[in-house]
Order: sequence, then structure tokens, then C-alpha cells
Amino acid sequence: MNAPDTSAKRWDNLARNRAARLARAERLASGCIVPSEQIVQLLEAVIEPGDRVCIEGNNQKQADFLARSLIKTDPSRLRDLHLVQSVLALPEHIDLIERGQVSRIDFSFSGPQAARLARLVESRKITIGAIHTYLELFARYFVDLTPRVALIAAQAADREGNLYTGPNTEDTPAIVEATAFKGGIVIAQVNEIVDKLPRVDIPADWVDFVVRAPTPHYIEPLFTRDPAQITEIQVLMGMIAIKGLYAEYGIKRLNHGIGFDTAAIELLLPTYAADLGLKGKICTHWALNPHPTLIPAIEAGFVESVHSFGSEVGMERYTAARSDIFFTGADGSMRSNRAFCQAAGHYACDLFIGSTLQIDLQGNSSTATKGRIAGFGGAPNMGADARGRRHASPAWLRAGREGRGDIAMPRGQKLVVQIVETFREHMEPAFVERLDAWDLAATANMELPPVMIYGEDMTHIITEEGIANLLLCRTPQEREQAIRGVAGYTPVGMARDPRMVENLRDRGIIRRPEDMGIRKSDATRDLLAARSVKDLVYASGGLYDPPRQFRNW
Amino acid sequence: MEQFTLTLPSAAIPQNVTSATLCGVVSSGNLEILVEPAATSDACRIVVNTSAHGFRDIWEAVLKDFARRHSVGGLSLSINDAGATPAVVSLRLDQAFETCRGELA
Repeated sequence: MNAPDTSAKRWDNLARNRAARLARAERLASGCIVPSEQIVQLLEAVIEPGDRVCIEGNNQKQADFLARSLIKTDPSRLRDLHLVQSVLALPEHIDLIERGQVSRIDFSFSGPQAARLARLVESRKITIGAIHTYLELFARYFVDLTPRVALIAAQAADREGNLYTGPNTEDTPAIVEATAFKGGIVIAQVNEIVDKLPRVDIPADWVDFVVRAPTPHYIEPLFTRDPAQITEIQVLMGMIAIKGLYAEYGIKRLNHGIGFDTAAIELLLPTYAADLGLKGKICTHWALNPHPTLIPAIEAGFVESVHSFGSEVGMERYTAARSDIFFTGADGSMRSNRAFCQAAGHYACDLFIGSTLQIDLQGNSSTATKGRIAGFGGAPNMGADARGRRHASPAWLRAGREGRGDIAMPRGQKLVVQIVETFREHMEPAFVERLDAWDLAATANMELPPVMIYGEDMTHIITEEGIANLLLCRTPQEREQAIRGVAGYTPVGMARDPRMVENLRDRGIIRRPEDMGIRKSDATRDLLAARSVKDLVYASGGLYDPPRQFRNW
Repeated sequence: MEQFTLTLPSAAIPQNVTSATLCGVVSSGNLEILVEPAATSDACRIVVNTSAHGFRDIWEAVLKDFARRHSVGGLSLSINDAGATPAVVSLRLDQAFETCRGELA
């Protein structure tokens, strides 16, 4: 037998290609530092046609200078790019597509650019590979969507190229790990270059180039909810969540979505929940961004631990001063990490609760609307049963018993809750016979309707009418009537079978506020532990420094 | 503005109502309700002034449920609405009723 001839086959093409790219860039950098005036030439030197490129950005920190520089490159040289990144949130991301430099995109979330993106897809100017969850996209970075070039953002660098990301570490470790260890090129924009960093978040030998951006990278204060805007209906639904769900199941480990509904719950913990004797019994451990509305609960001693996906503008001093609660580095500032926090939310939390735009009669929940391709972010990972989970907790086991009935093999289930007022603003019903996601999938040629939470994962729906416990429904008809039974005066709610809904109520599948001993007249804003942003500043002892747009005093 | 009046059958309120009560405020997404005594003890008369057009069916459903839920015969309600959702309307109606009863108790 002949030995296989391996002499003709090379095994280091990626490394040689990387070396060639670095050689083309050599004259532009001194060490790893590139002057900002040279950034366009650098991008043209190191990016090749057809590359998979990741422009770092999430719904918070954005590599905005690098994105702006990319649309100044020569479209005849930088073309057929495949963008693989968490968000398409900046106008420049879409500009790059309109300039014809991008042929394919794989992403998670496009919030502010959702309408422009939908138009480009409909006119077939761009192909979407898939809309992922954050964790799913990070996973694919290590399988079949590894970036060839990553353009990232950090707070500061030293002259060696070590990076300090500060509280907003977010996606950076996941992106850099995949790129740097698979022969890719990593370029970081930083706000400042210093002699000594407070701490090293990304080591220098994972980073090829550093450029000081002319302006600091943009960070959106996405998780700040002004308590002044919380309505009495949201207070009522928050009371229902606390008394009817958190107390019932003994929810200690959880994740909250970002709406006003969940902000209301956070502000009811030191008041309503404390009065119910629930301190120490619920809401002790969180996978959560540092929500300013959690400050009163933290100060009241409700909270033991918070790990965060990212930070929040204005919360830097507060989180640093509460290192028993938040994950902080030796320098004292917070460390976030989206990949780990998503894993934490998926595997280590017993409950996810968040708002949505539409719920159908099977309990599928979607934020997709016609003419907008907005994506999901992390919600599908938070709002899904973790099928791989193997540790028990009382809440998880109870949900499993309710949902699976008497099966031979004991198994729990995650509580996945949607909290919505039956009508959204402009009298848009939150309950529908058919999700807009179907139409969006048809017009955008998607293989899957973009559903945020599948009906099979949804366990409870909370509205101003009460709670529907979908775990206890034994037939699709019961599930449909349970959903109609909390859908209020929407067309879906008005079409309920009143007798069947009363039967579900008798069985505790639907529970009205009065069934839980909740008086609607108690649902006033006086129950909120803070009623303004100023109250939050006061509760923090002056450590919380709200962004200018939230200051009205 | 859209205005309409409904007279809904309802059991008589047990107490004798002599004074008027006001609940809520007319601000965006909110409404105010004035509760006054009326002559008809077996029905509740409700006048709705709303800034939102085309939702009369929903108003009727919300108000009929209210008149079924509570004994409000002998009351007259005047509602000035600035685009409140049905959830807010129901909550205010319940608050107005409880306030009215509370002041009698």
C-alpha cells in the first residue's frame, strides 16, 4: 500500500493569507497603532472580496467609526462581503449594502434599520442567510460563519494592543475569540490610547490593529425606563406577576425583558412584594443588564446577584459601588459578557418574562410587523425551555409537573411568560388570529416566519385581565380559550366561549386579579418604589448618573 | 370628537347616592369619569365623549360588562376620554365605582 501523498496539499493557507494581509498593511501602522487618517487604506489593505466581516455592535456599544470608514472604501475593491454580526443598527450598515459592497448578511437584530432592510430584501438587493439569536450567531462563529475580519470597539488600548472594554464588554470576547484563533484579522477602535489600562479585557496578541476614533464610540441607553411613564395598568399587571406567579412558583433566578411592564415589576419589589413578605423568597439572582429601575430593589436588599449582557449608560458608578451584586473586575468597574449572560439566562434561570407585539391562538409570540425585518436579539434563548438543563429547582420542577402531567420520568420546565396589555398604543390588538410574521416571511422570502417565542415554550400570559396558565391546558381547544380568556376586548378576546372560559377559571387555568386577592383599586402609581428618574438617582445615593435625555430637573 | 349615550340595565346601587364624585384625568391615553345620582334606579345612564373614532363596539362591550359586574342602577356616568385603552377604561370605571361607594360607606 502506498502512503498518501501529502506533499501537494498545504495546511496553512489561512495563516499565509493572513500574513499577506498583514504585509499589505505594514506601512500603515506603527506597531499595532494605526492613525485614524489611514483607516480607510487599512481596511482596503486587509479586507478581500468575499470576506466574512463582523462589524461589532449590539443594541448598545457600536464600532461606529469603523462602520463609517468602511463606507468610504472603494466598492470595486471591497465587494461581495458577507456580514456576520449581531446587529444592523447603524445607518452605515445599511449604506454598505446599498453601495453594493455586501452580498449576504447573517445577523440577529436590526431594530432602527428594520424598514430599510425590509425594502432592500424585497428589491432583492441583499440575501439574508438567517436571522439568529445572539447565542446562535456566536455559536456559528465557531462552526461555519467564522469572521475573516472583525472590526471591534473598546474603551481604551495600551500601546501593545491590550484592550480595556470597561463595563460594556458585551460581544467582544466572542467575536475576537473566533476571529483571532482562526487566522482572521482583528481591528479595534478605541476612545483613547493610554500607557496603562485599568484591566485587560482582551489580550494584545488577539488584536492586530488599534485605531483611536476621532469621537468616542456610541452607546445607546437602551435599558433606561423612566418610572414617570409607567401606567396604572402596568402596576396592576406587575402585581399580578408578583403575587400570581413569582410568589406561587418561588421564582428566585430570572431574566426580565426591557419594557415598561417589567420595569413596573422591578419597582414593585421593595413595596408590594416586600409587603407580601417575599423578600429573600423571590428575585434574588438575575441575568439582567443593570436596569436603573432595579436600584430600589437592590437598595432594599432584595437582590443578591446580577450578571449582565452589557452595561447601561449612567450606571457605571453605581455598579462599581455594588460589587457584591454585580460582576466587577479588579479595577472596580463592571464586566459584562453577552455570550455568557445569554447562556446564564437560558440554563440558569427559572423564568423569563417580557413584552411582545403579537400573540396568536397557539401562544406563538412575535415582534415582527409588516415592512420591518427587526430580528430577535436574545429573547428566543431567554424565552425557551432549556432542553439540555439537568439541575432541579422547585419552580422548574413545579412547572414540569404542571406541563407534563404524570409522566414516568421527572422533568422540569422553564417558565416563559409574556406580559402585555390587550391593546397596545393606537388600539393595536396584542392578540391576533394570525401573526404578521407569516406575511413578512412571504414577502421577504424567508424559510421560517420570524417567531420570537414558540407556543410550545410559552407557559403563561399576563394581561390586565389576569393570568392564563398554558401549562395546565390539556387540549389545543383549552389553550385557545385560555388565550382568548385573557385577551380582553380585542376581536380574539370577544370571540371567546364564555362558558369554557368560566370552566377554565374554575380549574385555575385562568386567574382573575380578584381570584388572587388583588384589588384593582390598589393599582396606583403610589405603589412604585420610584416614580421618576430623579427618585432613582436619590435611591442610588447619587451614584446613578442618568443620560441627559432622562434629566428633566 | 365622538359622543354617544347608553342606558344599560343594572341592579340598583344599595346606597342612596346624593353627591357627585370625579375619577381620573383627561390626559393622553387617560380619561375622567363623573359619577352622579340619576332618577332611574334599574339602569345606568352613561354619556361618552371620546377623542377616538370608530370604537363604539368596544365601548359598548366594556360598559355592558361594567353594568353587569357592579350594581350601578341609579347612577349617571359622564366620561371624557382622551384615547384610553379598554384596560384603562375598565380600571377607571371600577375605581370610580369603588370611590363612589367608599364615600357612602
